Amino acid sequence: MSTVVEELDSIGERRFEPKGKDINEDIAWAKINTDVLRSLERPRPIFWVIFLSAVARFGVGVACEVYQYKTGLGVAELRNPHVWGLYISTFIFWIGMSHSGTLLSAILHIMHADWRKPIYRFAEAMTTFSLMTAGLFVLVHLGRVWQFYYVVAYPNERWTWPNFSSPLVWDATAIGSYLTTSVIFLYFGMIPDLAICRDSATGFRRTFYRLLSVGWQGTDRQWANFRITYLTIACLLIPLAVSVHSIVATDFAVSQQPGWHTTSFPPYFVAGALYSGCAAIITLFIILRHTFRFEEYMTIPILEKLCKLTFAISMVWTYLNLIEYASTWYGTDVYAKQALIYRATGTYKYWWWAMNFLGSVVPFALALRVLRTHVPTMMVVSLLLNLGMWIERFMIVTPTFAHGYYPWTWSDVWWPNWIQIGIVAGSFGWFTLLFMLFCKIFPSVSMYEVKEMVYHRIRARK
Amino acid sequence: MSLDNLISNWSKLRVRRPQLDQYKDAPYKWAMVIDLDSCTGCNACTTACYAENNLPVVGKKRFLEGQVMHWLRIECYWGEGEESTQEFPEQGAAFLPMMCQQCESAPCEIVCPVGATHHTPDGLNSQVYNRCIGSRYCSANCPYKVRYFNWYNYPESAWPSPLELQLSPDVTVRSKGVMEKCTFCVQRLTEAKSKARTEKRNVQDGEVVTACAQACPTSAIHFGNIADSSSTVAKMWKAQQVELSADKQKKDMKHEKMSAAGEAAGTGAGAASVGAEKLRGYRVFEELRTYPSVVYLERIRSTEV
Repeated sequence: MSTVVEELDSIGERRFEPKGKDINEDIAWAKINTDVLRSLERPRPIFWVIFLSAVARFGVGVACEVYQYKTGLGVAELRNPHVWGLYISTFIFWIGMSHSGTLLSAILHIMHADWRKPIYRFAEAMTTFSLMTAGLFVLVHLGRVWQFYYVVAYPNERWTWPNFSSPLVWDATAIGSYLTTSVIFLYFGMIPDLAICRDSATGFRRTFYRLLSVGWQGTDRQWANFRITYLTIACLLIPLAVSVHSIVATDFAVSQQPGWHTTSFPPYFVAGALYSGCAAIITLFIILRHTFRFEEYMTIPILEKLCKLTFAISMVWTYLNLIEYASTWYGTDVYAKQALIYRATGTYKYWWWAMNFLGSVVPFALALRVLRTHVPTMMVVSLLLNLGMWIERFMIVTPTFAHGYYPWTWSDVWWPNWIQIGIVAGSFGWFTLLFMLFCKIFPSVSMYEVKEMVYHRIRARK
Repeated sequence: MSLDNLISNWSKLRVRRPQLDQYKDAPYKWAMVIDLDSCTGCNACTTACYAENNLPVVGKKRFLEGQVMHWLRIECYWGEGEESTQEFPEQGAAFLPMMCQQCESAPCEIVCPVGATHHTPDGLNSQVYNRCIGSRYCSANCPYKVRYFNWYNYPESAWPSPLELQLSPDVTVRSKGVMEKCTFCVQRLTEAKSKARTEKRNVQDGEVVTACAQACPTSAIHFGNIADSSSTVAKMWKAQQVELSADKQKKDMKHEKMSAAGEAAGTGAGAASVGAEKLRGYRVFEELRTYPSVVYLERIRSTEV
């Protein structure tokens, strides 16, 4: 009798089951370890091909930067009034990218969303590495990079301080704290997994993981301390993440240039950051899922949840974007209105329309189940979304320089030259390089949290 | 030490600008008046500025790329459209010498991360080359775009030997990666002030002028100290009823009033003359509340040449 009931139950379940299979609750804990640790084994030749191409791209970037450093920023064809160029746009792009790691690892942790558990580790790594890339752009951008430490507030014998009313000082402080906290959070959350690595590694790898796992034994006391500390760092990280991109937005909002001087910029930037970050997580999710055969952990239902999250954020971004247009259009600031019209009809008009299309129309693909469960489509869509968000940053920075207050400096013909493009390409190489190394040295799926998730699901079922 | 300095002088380090009575008791507030009606666009001021301030000549290629280093530029406006459709084609181009406006509430000052550009007690917007790290935020935030960045290491190439002997020893030769701009010839001001100090007096009107004012053949550029009410420039500011700490001048208000009255009466041209004709002083982008120190006198336009 009971078997019949169970069968009926399972039929009922099957009817409402999503197309893709969620994580198997009967999965053996030892199998989780083996599956994840397999990703740390000797890589296939294709890994080296991609890795070396990333190194090559990074090399191109470094060569461009060395040339620019030796000769001066003029070689990047920066000029008055186009003094910032691609560096600041791409800086915002990378800072934005870093936000979703924190969203997954800290915000969803506090909200007890357990589906984040198999995927937050690589997202957190993405946060750290994109912050490091963004930091490089600050240095590349400076005219006298050898004196970058003037921006940092530190007591010194000359009694000089940075200018605390400048958003760039807030930037340096906020990014510094966010990067430090992210690295600590990433490392700290990995300690139990590093202990698993230690237990199954041999030779110098064992020593390496032993040192990193700082004597983790998995005792009750250790777990209790671990949980409290992890939660504390998560709570500290959330305000930092929100403040970092708000502060990057104040770089523009605090200035008085038309098109930048907008009160809604901080929330707009944070929404844009979460948006591009989530899209990047989808991309990396698909890549890792197929490279490391993580289909059992990075399941389609998780991808669906990610897509829904991205869709929601994309609609928030669209709303804020439209609000910005509307408030400029109906506002009394003629300069800002001119700048808006210039964006839509001037030199960069194709980019502006592409940004609106990619940012606001393409995400509707995420709303359709047919599309969002289809992995290749999602790969393309997520890349398109990030392209749209990169153009968004370009469209925020560049047209204001081309069409600012002063008619004498209006110029229509500025485009980035090969030095700038080379450095931007180099930054993508640098990010890929770091991320690939991370995936081969550290477990990119959190083993202990997948076990927790399975355990909690079984308990909830009973 | 420096931390104590920071904490105890916190309020001093945060100065709100402009302060209405800032220059009431101060001995100096340097300012300018530029009469556009006298300006012929001859570029003598620009040349004088190059000679006085060690500005590098960048060459044709970099000039066309927009990397020119002129602190003072002569802008030339032809009016809207073709020559045949212009309002006053026979009057030719209109010229506007544009340099750093030495704003009282300067957009560049608040955004510089290292405080390399800051306000001096005599009302100048100074630039400290040693402190500048080249973030170019000041230029991004400058509404007038009068800040120039050293895109290359100009001292290496701009003055091949023996041309380096022409450089003024009183002015720093700027290296690669720093921002620079018009200083109102601060080296001349400092010299005049120190001379006056040794003689225990204030700098007299006309004792010091900027290189551009000195070179101007039509005397379109007037330079002086508006804290001294007897100086020529202070008198001109007063005659034009321009207030340093106002974001809208009497002239504009009168114009607005008149155009409103003219529209109401239906005879705009007849009513437009009462008293306002004499007022032609304005400051560029006053509505942005930058409170510039340079007053421009409008060009007097007439259909008959």
